[in-house]
Amino acid sequence: MEKTGAQIFVDSLMEQGVETIFGYPGGNVIQIYDALYDADINHILTRHEQGAAHAADGYARASGRPGVCLATSGPGATNLVTGIATAYMDSVPLVAFTGQVSSALLGRDSFQEADITGITMPITKHNYIVKDISELARVVKEAFYIATTGRPGPVLVDILSDVAAARTSQEDCGPVNLPGYRPVTEPDPEQLNRAARAIARAERPVIYAGGGVVSAGAHNELRLLAELILAPVATTLMGLGGFPGDHPLALGMLGMHGSKYANFAVNECDVLIAVGVRFADRGTGKRDLFARDAVIIHIDIDPAEIGKNVEVDIPVIGDVKKVLAGLIERLEKKLPGAWQEKIQKWKKEYPITYEENGRLKPQQVIREIFKVTNGKARITTDVGQHQMFTAQHYTFTRPRTFISSGGLGTMGFGLPAAIGVQVACPDEIVFDIAGDGSFQMNVQELATAVNYQLPIKVAIMDNGYLGMVRQWQELFYNRRYSYTELINPDFVKLAEAYGAVGMRVTTPDEVASALQEALDIPQPVVIDFVIEREENVFPMVPPGAPLNKMLG
Amino acid sequence: MRHTLAVLVENNPGVLARVAGLFSRRGYNIDSLAVGRTDNPAISRMTIVVEGDDRVLEQVTKQLHKLIDVIKISDITADEYVDRELVLIKVSAEPEKRGEIMQIADIFRARIVDLGRRTMILECTGNEGKIRAFEESLKPYGIKELVRTGKIAMLRGSRYTNINTNGAREDE
Ligand SMILES: Cc1ncc(C[n+]2csc(CCOP(=O)(O)OP(=O)(O)O)c2C)c(N)n1
Repeated sequence: MEKTGAQIFVDSLMEQGVETIFGYPGGNVIQIYDALYDADINHILTRHEQGAAHAADGYARASGRPGVCLATSGPGATNLVTGIATAYMDSVPLVAFTGQVSSALLGRDSFQEADITGITMPITKHNYIVKDISELARVVKEAFYIATTGRPGPVLVDILSDVAAARTSQEDCGPVNLPGYRPVTEPDPEQLNRAARAIARAERPVIYAGGGVVSAGAHNELRLLAELILAPVATTLMGLGGFPGDHPLALGMLGMHGSKYANFAVNECDVLIAVGVRFADRGTGKRDLFARDAVIIHIDIDPAEIGKNVEVDIPVIGDVKKVLAGLIERLEKKLPGAWQEKIQKWKKEYPITYEENGRLKPQQVIREIFKVTNGKARITTDVGQHQMFTAQHYTFTRPRTFISSGGLGTMGFGLPAAIGVQVACPDEIVFDIAGDGSFQMNVQELATAVNYQLPIKVAIMDNGYLGMVRQWQELFYNRRYSYTELINPDFVKLAEAYGAVGMRVTTPDEVASALQEALDIPQPVVIDFVIEREENVFPMVPPGAPLNKMLG
Repeated sequence: MRHTLAVLVENNPGVLARVAGLFSRRGYNIDSLAVGRTDNPAISRMTIVVEGDDRVLEQVTKQLHKLIDVIKISDITADEYVDRELVLIKVSAEPEKRGEIMQIADIFRARIVDLGRRTMILECTGNEGKIRAFEESLKPYGIKELVRTGKIAMLRGSRYTNINTNGAREDE
């Protein structure tokens, strides 16, 4: 039977088990949209292609399945770029499809032509341009395979419009054939033995867990290992939820806005077991002083991460889940000692707190969100102070419940990501904790939430500032608040204009009831929390300082 | 230190851009990069000369490996290998100087491939040292134009780099 390229495209998505795609139509994907009209695939029309990319990303982070987005050529494709880069930095499996001008127009600076494969080369795991219908099915198959195996990441497939329109009766696309792509998942027993020996000898072990734990689904193995060797566990921002935040061994987040006890512990440990982390600068502080007395064991599926940022003593390459299981097999139960006591003492001495002074504080709102949802919500955030407050004050106990742009730090991520999360988890509570600045970067996606009746709750931490930048200006630039004050619209009216419910909270005692009321409304709700304007995030390791030199 | 890498890649569109882009965005220094297809038309071979210490080299290799189109990388710096570069030099050659230039060509086993009224084009192959010396000896005559291919390299003896070997291997 003859099929068009567009039909092959749709069939290939079905074959991959794709249920939902996020997209935005245009001239060079119109053929594909025509095929989607009859397809058994759920399409969510966002209001901006960046929203589609972030929504697909949120969907992937929450579900563990690849997120899929679709955009037309040129401006549609370039609007995906920030979303693709965000997914790339956080190793999220995303498959982005873009339309391209037809072969007759390619390379002539034609209307709505952009070299999107060229543009996205540094921010994709791999990308393709499909110029021949005979390659289409195979390329789609390969794209999903590459995005989801090894270290996950975004793959972009650019499809010429005449390929989508062409017809073929060719059936089989042949097997995936990627001779240069062979991710190592099985750890080498010798590396495992070396790591196990170092851990067995350790007197002051610390586990440093990152997003790799979450994406590998290795949270159970991580907990078992920590309990076996009684190692306290610090996580990166991306690792939050990979280890239960309420566990006695939990240290919370490490780094620039990490807890004092996490930073002290890493600073003084003798063995650091780094699991699925990439030693990003926000986590390590001054690199050459990071865990300087420790034997560093680095466990990762991506060999290129070994030695990229810090020197590693014992690398273990492989699937994090398998590596942790291998270590558990090789290790014996340890008994608590002076190290565990010291950690508990630090935890008591330097708890994460904030000053209550009768005014509305973001920390209170976040703690209250935890309470009213029994800690069962899926939380997305934007980027800034509210993101760090969320990391510090909400206790994440399950993986894939904290969804935030870590590596790229993308303002405007929270709302569209929440849309993807709610689509992936229709029966769960999804809260987007937003900044007043960040919220306005993709506020148009409120229309999407209303359109598809996604009952997302948005909590805006409204301080009338680009708060995190203002904090740096306060601390390091003599309070010269250069262009960080915001004149905001009325967020309640704005929500209402989009057809959502708007609420405003200005005092501490309204918080709990407002949140409860929002939860009871089965629609998108935006709550404008008018918070203390110049609240700062502490503790803070100033940029370039070592982890034990914290402010606050 | 300079390292010589033999890199086998799938002959896909964009592969050169991917490799070159990787070097520039990660801040590695490419000294030269020569590329052409192998006996298998689906596979190209790049010879990349890169400057850096062992740490840099390790990262270059690992990052290159991450590219889906890259099939194999061998650092052959420490092994015995044959390396060659081809240079074409157009040099001023007034009739009275031609004899001298031809003598120089002889010494370097270069060939004269074009003769104009006032210029000659010489072709020379050899390793880097030889090419440099050749260029130096022609400088006094006035070099009008010079083009080099960049270095290509191959292991000596029965060892080789192809897609069926794991790095550089000896024949069984
Ligand atoms: C797209 C983008 N532009 C700029 C920045 C730089 N930046 C980081 S935090 C921040 C302020 C964020 O303000 P807001 O969203 O109001 O959150 P707050 O810090 O006040 O909680 C800015 C501008 C960024 N991270 N992303």
